Amino acid sequence: MSATKFPTASPTASPAASATAPGPVAVPRRAGTQIRLTGVTKDYGLASPAVAGVSLTIEPGEFMTLLGPSGSGKTTTLNLIAGFETLTAGSIAFNGADVSRLPPHKRNLGMLFQNYALFPHLTVAQNVAYPLRERRLPKPEIARRVSEVLELVQLTGRDGTYPAQLSGGQQQRVALARAIVFDPSALLLDEPLGALDRNLRSTLQLEIRRIHREVGSTFVFVTHDQEEAMNLSDRIALFNDGRIEQVGTPEALYQTPETLFTARFLGDSTVFELPYGDGAGAAWEDEVWAVDPATVSARVVAGSRAALVVRPEDVRIAADRSAVPSGANAVSATIRDVEYMGAYRTAVLALGRGGVAGRARLDALESDLGAGQSVTAWWRVDRQRLVAA
Amino acid sequence: MRAPRRSLRRDRGVDPVPWWQKIFVAVVGLYFILPTLFVIPMSFSTASTFQFPPRGFSLKLYENFFTNQVWLTSLRNSVLVALLAALLATVAGTAAALGLHRLTGRMARFARTLLMVSIVTPAIVLAVAVYISFLKWHLVGTVTGYVLAHAAIGVPFVLVSVTSALGGFDPRLLRASASLGAPPFRTFLRVTMPLISRGILTGAIFAFVTSFDEVVIALFLRAPGFQTLPVQMYNSVTVEIDPTIAASSSLVVTAVTAVCLVLQFVGRRRKS
Amino acid sequence: MNTPDPARWRGPSPRWLLLVPALALLAAILLLPLGQSLFRSVGQGDWTLDHYARLFTDGVTLRVLARTAVTAAVVTVIAFALGYPYAYVMTRVGPRMRGVLLVIVLIPFWTSVMARNFAWIVILQREGPVHSFFRLFGLDVVLYGSVAGVTVAMSQVLLPFMVLPLFSALSGIDRRLLLAARGLGSHPLVAFWKIYWPLSRGGVVAGLILVFTLSLGFYVTPALLGSPKESLVAQLLGQRTTQLLDFAGAGALGMLVLVVTLVLVAWANRFGGTISAIGVVAAAPVKDRT
Repeated sequence: MSATKFPTASPTASPAASATAPGPVAVPRRAGTQIRLTGVTKDYGLASPAVAGVSLTIEPGEFMTLLGPSGSGKTTTLNLIAGFETLTAGSIAFNGADVSRLPPHKRNLGMLFQNYALFPHLTVAQNVAYPLRERRLPKPEIARRVSEVLELVQLTGRDGTYPAQLSGGQQQRVALARAIVFDPSALLLDEPLGALDRNLRSTLQLEIRRIHREVGSTFVFVTHDQEEAMNLSDRIALFNDGRIEQVGTPEALYQTPETLFTARFLGDSTVFELPYGDGAGAAWEDEVWAVDPATVSARVVAGSRAALVVRPEDVRIAADRSAVPSGANAVSATIRDVEYMGAYRTAVLALGRGGVAGRARLDALESDLGAGQSVTAWWRVDRQRLVAA
Repeated sequence: MRAPRRSLRRDRGVDPVPWWQKIFVAVVGLYFILPTLFVIPMSFSTASTFQFPPRGFSLKLYENFFTNQVWLTSLRNSVLVALLAALLATVAGTAAALGLHRLTGRMARFARTLLMVSIVTPAIVLAVAVYISFLKWHLVGTVTGYVLAHAAIGVPFVLVSVTSALGGFDPRLLRASASLGAPPFRTFLRVTMPLISRGILTGAIFAFVTSFDEVVIALFLRAPGFQTLPVQMYNSVTVEIDPTIAASSSLVVTAVTAVCLVLQFVGRRRKS
Repeated sequence: MNTPDPARWRGPSPRWLLLVPALALLAAILLLPLGQSLFRSVGQGDWTLDHYARLFTDGVTLRVLARTAVTAAVVTVIAFALGYPYAYVMTRVGPRMRGVLLVIVLIPFWTSVMARNFAWIVILQREGPVHSFFRLFGLDVVLYGSVAGVTVAMSQVLLPFMVLPLFSALSGIDRRLLLAARGLGSHPLVAFWKIYWPLSRGGVVAGLILVFTLSLGFYVTPALLGSPKESLVAQLLGQRTTQLLDFAGAGALGMLVLVVTLVLVAWANRFGGTISAIGVVAAAPVKDRT
């Protein structure tokens, strides 16, 4: 995964964004809807509720990703927003208006499904026109909007085709067109790229980003793929066991995780579980490490279990302790294996006496390292983070 | 299309069906279709008995069928009853299939069993019970009586075929439709109905044929003023020794086969 | 799957209203008459089992029941002897041939009940093809008007009910097991007996019970091809109702047949297949009520 490819405040490369703007669908406008979840709970009567008291505010025009492992409650939360499930407790409001009791067809939300959910008996144009016909728009208006939106998703000329005759990627474009053609308050995307192969996924990721920019409405995206979440989102809400573990920008989640779950779910990390008081040091096995209070998560409770995590790109390898710069934390390590990753290599490490698994990204210069070598792993004190375990 | 053919060739190559099994299957197959083979030539006979092989060649029996008021009225009654019964069974059966779709609770299982039970109840038991009750309700020998009884035995067939059509129906389409602004009933009209229409049509045809061909209940519900075609055929064998039944049989077999082919054709067109 | 099945029933909902027309139709047209029939059979409120006792003491009913059971058993054996190899071969041939064999199985369904019975009359009658065939060997055998003729015709009609559940059971058996057994040195017949047969037993039991059960209720075929002197239980039931007007006695006999049928079907259902077999069969119009 690439930790560097974060969406920045101003899109760095957006050739398509300002090039063409045909008609209202493509006019960039930040007129999205705010979606506010308050204490949202869904209980099926199983051992634990599927969603347990989730509160989250999704800002107008924001690209919010609900990320989490399967069974973490992210899809249920999306279904609650869409109105496919009824709330056990809590409330959902769009732009301040409570919609908790509104049936799905009155919520004016576009939805993208993993299996596309295109109507197999309708053509591409009929599928896209479906929501417009439901809204009783005049025929010419429908025709105009359909052709515009098909242009937006680059499917011009496929009007009369049936979904079964299209590839998976094309089908998802049709589904996307159908979900945005009626100017929904927000677009909900339920793992829409899950069924596509890798190359198509990245193409469609770019496509979704572009359309988000051009349409400007609120996007709520569900995925279990952290890389996809990182690439697409303005913010990520990380779900775990029916609750939100942490909300923030992809960068914040990666760089400043608050819990071990977050650190482990987003990217690789080397983890040392240890007790932490609240001083300037922490002890692990025979090592005593310096701790910068700025790198301690607010969720770490003094005196309880904590974890010190370091990202692979921050771990350095030295031949022995003497080569470690002063002020850095170090631990003795054995190299288990060196993995060739293409652009770089990764050393798989066994750390300390217990042989805790760790990873270090290697520079080209460190090519003389090999399996079985005893080395010292070190990192800068400000590159580590202490999180709640 | 290519994959199954390849596996077929492999099956044959490694482990072929022995010749004696082929002959056995051919003989059993003949036993299956034997009666049908006898009906058609009989219908062109000139004899006034059931003798076989048929004598001569004429369309006399067909002429008799289409000119004799008793046969024609029976045919008309059968079509009328079967159409109405199929309509009733299709509406009730389709609604029930939709109501039971994807329900798995004990209540749902009970309801499903209840709806299917007439399929395993011996027709004679039903016929006798229905006959006695209908006597009291003054439904014997009436169109209403026939239609109600035949609709009731047609429901399970509609239920089965619509349920199986719903099995191939992706319930996420309902959510998609709702998200696009369609209320449940509009969703039913624009999405569910078109996608299960083949199942409904199949069920309707089954219900029609079941009623059209039903003899046992029909025999008990008959009255001098009203009887269906199978009852008249029954009479022609037991009372009248009237070979017109051969023409009637051939017509029914041909018609049912035609319906079968239509179903096949509809199936093909849908699939492509 | 993040969401548990949303289809679990959680109290009455408008969906259940969809069941009302079908249930009402069935209740009024089938269940109510059956209930009334049961009510009559126990003395219309006088609560007596006399009508049931009479079934066993009138000297006729028991004989007819025995004859019906024997006929049904013979039909079942014939159907099995013909149906098992047929279903077995169906699992062995290619998809196109399998389609052809399936159509052949379904033909008895599609052939009209009366047309089929008429054909059997023609075939089995005196001076008919079967009679002529026997006479070639100097035998004067007329099957028309005998239980034997009824058996031959019923077996043909009921064969599909044997073949379809068997086919569905047999096609689930992995044939490589047989090849493996033979590879280990078993004689083909031993391999079949030790491996294939036990695996097919569920379908066999389902098919046997299904055919036996359906044979019990046959009315038209015995009425047309059999003899009044050798009537089967369905004829007896019809006769008691329309000729003797003994509604209570008919009710008792009908209940007996119904209970036996339902118990057998429920039993067969435990081996899987019966209801689903009927489902398969219902995929072609069923004429099991002959």
